[in-house]
Amino acid sequence: MRAPADIDISAGETILSIENVSLSFGGVRAIRDVSFDIKKGEVRAIIGPNGAGKTSMLNVINGFYHPQQGRITFKGQARAKMQPHDAARGGIARTFQNVALFKGMSALDNIMAGRTLKMKRGFLWQLLRVGPALNEEIAHRHRVEEIIDFLEIQAIRKVPVARLPYGLQKRVELGRALAMEPDLLLLDEPMAGMNLEEKEDMSRFIIDVNDHFGTTIALIEHDMGVVMDLSDRVVVLDHGVKIADGTPGEVKSNQNVIDAYLGVAH
Amino acid sequence: MLYRETGQFKTSYAADMAIFPIRQDRIALWGLLIFAFIGIPVMDAFQVWPLRGEYLIRAILIPFLILSLAAVGLNILTGYCGQLSLGSGAFMAIGAYGAYKFGTGVRIPLEIFTIDIPPLPVFWCILLGGVMSAFVGILFGIPSLRIKGLYLAVATLAAQFFFDWVFIRVKWFTNYTSSGSVVAPDLNFFGFFANKPIEKYLVCLVFVTVFALLAKNLVRGNIGRQWMAIRDMDIAAELIGIRPLYAKLSAFAISSFIVGVAGALWAFIYLGAWEPLAFNIDRSFQILFMVIIGGLGSILGSFLGAAFILVLPILLDQVPHALGVPVSVETVSLLVFVVTGALICWLLIVEPHGFARLWSTGKEKLRLWPYPY
Ligand SMILES: Nc1ncnc2c1ncn2[C@@H]1O[C@H](COP(=O)(O)OP(=O)(O)O)[C@@H](O)[C@H]1O
Ligand SMILES: [Mg+2]
Repeated sequence: MRAPADIDISAGETILSIENVSLSFGGVRAIRDVSFDIKKGEVRAIIGPNGAGKTSMLNVINGFYHPQQGRITFKGQARAKMQPHDAARGGIARTFQNVALFKGMSALDNIMAGRTLKMKRGFLWQLLRVGPALNEEIAHRHRVEEIIDFLEIQAIRKVPVARLPYGLQKRVELGRALAMEPDLLLLDEPMAGMNLEEKEDMSRFIIDVNDHFGTTIALIEHDMGVVMDLSDRVVVLDHGVKIADGTPGEVKSNQNVIDAYLGVAH
Repeated sequence: MLYRETGQFKTSYAADMAIFPIRQDRIALWGLLIFAFIGIPVMDAFQVWPLRGEYLIRAILIPFLILSLAAVGLNILTGYCGQLSLGSGAFMAIGAYGAYKFGTGVRIPLEIFTIDIPPLPVFWCILLGGVMSAFVGILFGIPSLRIKGLYLAVATLAAQFFFDWVFIRVKWFTNYTSSGSVVAPDLNFFGFFANKPIEKYLVCLVFVTVFALLAKNLVRGNIGRQWMAIRDMDIAAELIGIRPLYAKLSAFAISSFIVGVAGALWAFIYLGAWEPLAFNIDRSFQILFMVIIGGLGSILGSFLGAAFILVLPILLDQVPHALGVPVSVETVSLLVFVVTGALICWLLIVEPHGFARLWSTGKEKLRLWPYPY
């Protein structure tokens, strides 16, 4: 099934709704009857202790896992089993908890690869690489250079990503997702393993992406300070169950949340 | 002139995206092409030293060009798209026999009508040989959607043995000759008859130059990035919208096409007359070693690897002779195995990207010389 890319949702309306979703791996019930929604233009944080099912939830949203129960509606369309590349066509982009870059390619090529769905020239044009095909490459290179400028990674654009330090790899991965110009951007612990300065940079990028491009963001993050600063609304998972949902202030004072966090070392 | 890019400011992304962004590299490439297209024929005409007689052209340059082309083909599949194949020999054979059948006329009587294709000009035969190979490549690429790595290599190995068997047993492919050996048709390329070695060399050079350029275009464009994305991390590739089916099968098709054309050239131009043994498993390994030694994921590396694999036995034969050490033919062939094997082990451990990477690291050092950081 293909997600429609052309349905317009105005800011503040629900772009994605998750209803009664359950997912299990054999005996492990990773997600149990969870419902929440994401509104267009907001930053929606998903928090919870390790093993709570946060990553699994993102995997359900972009079609890696198919939940045994529940309904997912994206841009007003209920979807059946959708493959990750269909989700990408529908406008969902994603970064991973453990960086998933194309290790043998340069930073530039990684981000250019994010443009793949936007490039329309067929095989024969690419073979000849003249006229419209070359112009297309150049036009997309311009867009990619804007992203490179935005993320301040000009100096490393030609470096194979395997040689980059972790913090910069995370940045390149964000760049690749941004190159897709997504409607919904899923970020899985974008600041894990970063030092304070890198975290501040990354927070700034996330705020800017949300402000300037109006991109809707679903963010998994452990650092409560970051979550409080960045997000409009927070959903809290624990052992696959939703235990709280609301503004950062509401969630912080919720007794269930306090218990879950005190009870689990992470 | 020093190897420097100082002062060569790129004023557009187009300039930055050229095959060789550094001027010295461009000059070197043009120099090489001019030498290959004009220098060598002139030297041959005047019988200048290394080209005296026909040995160098016939026994080294022609096989070098054709096997480089096959290595470029395999590199697209294995180096760029990450799908290991041990069936290059089979795909060369399909190209060769496909071209042969189109060159001698295809006649397939069916129930209702008869497919009857008259003998085609040799240029089209060679390309159609490639097309046949591409079709079979797609067929054998389908398992790659399910199986990976060594398991896929075993599937391609099965293809190798299957086609070895087909071309020996199915007499239709060899036009029922009693020995199973077949002879290539006249090499008439639109009125240019390639009879002398230098003429054959030029035909190969044109094919290889054009194909290498087109392959380079593909690998640095959108489709090339899709291949490399699938190679490096197929899950993340799917996530940015790449369909594994399309990316993998296109790599199989294009790779097999190029390898098939190389097979047709090998049969028609280098061998002239051949039997199925010319395309057995040894050939597959030879091409694979070229790709590994030259550099996985590098068009230039395909040429470096082919040169190395071809020149190594000659060096091992000539150098001891020149030093006055008598070495028997058996020892030489044994030495070739040992050196190739040791080199591959060394490269896989130290520099998995082969000579091409050593070459570019060397250039990087040269750019900064004499003031490295
Ligand atoms: N592919 C999988 N196979 C089996 N179990 C899995 C798989 N993915 C996740 N799980 C299990 O699901 C639970 C939730 O995991 P995850 O979503 O990664 O948690 P989080 O991201 O919140 O730390 C864990 O118990 C984990 O072991
Ligand atoms: Mg996780």
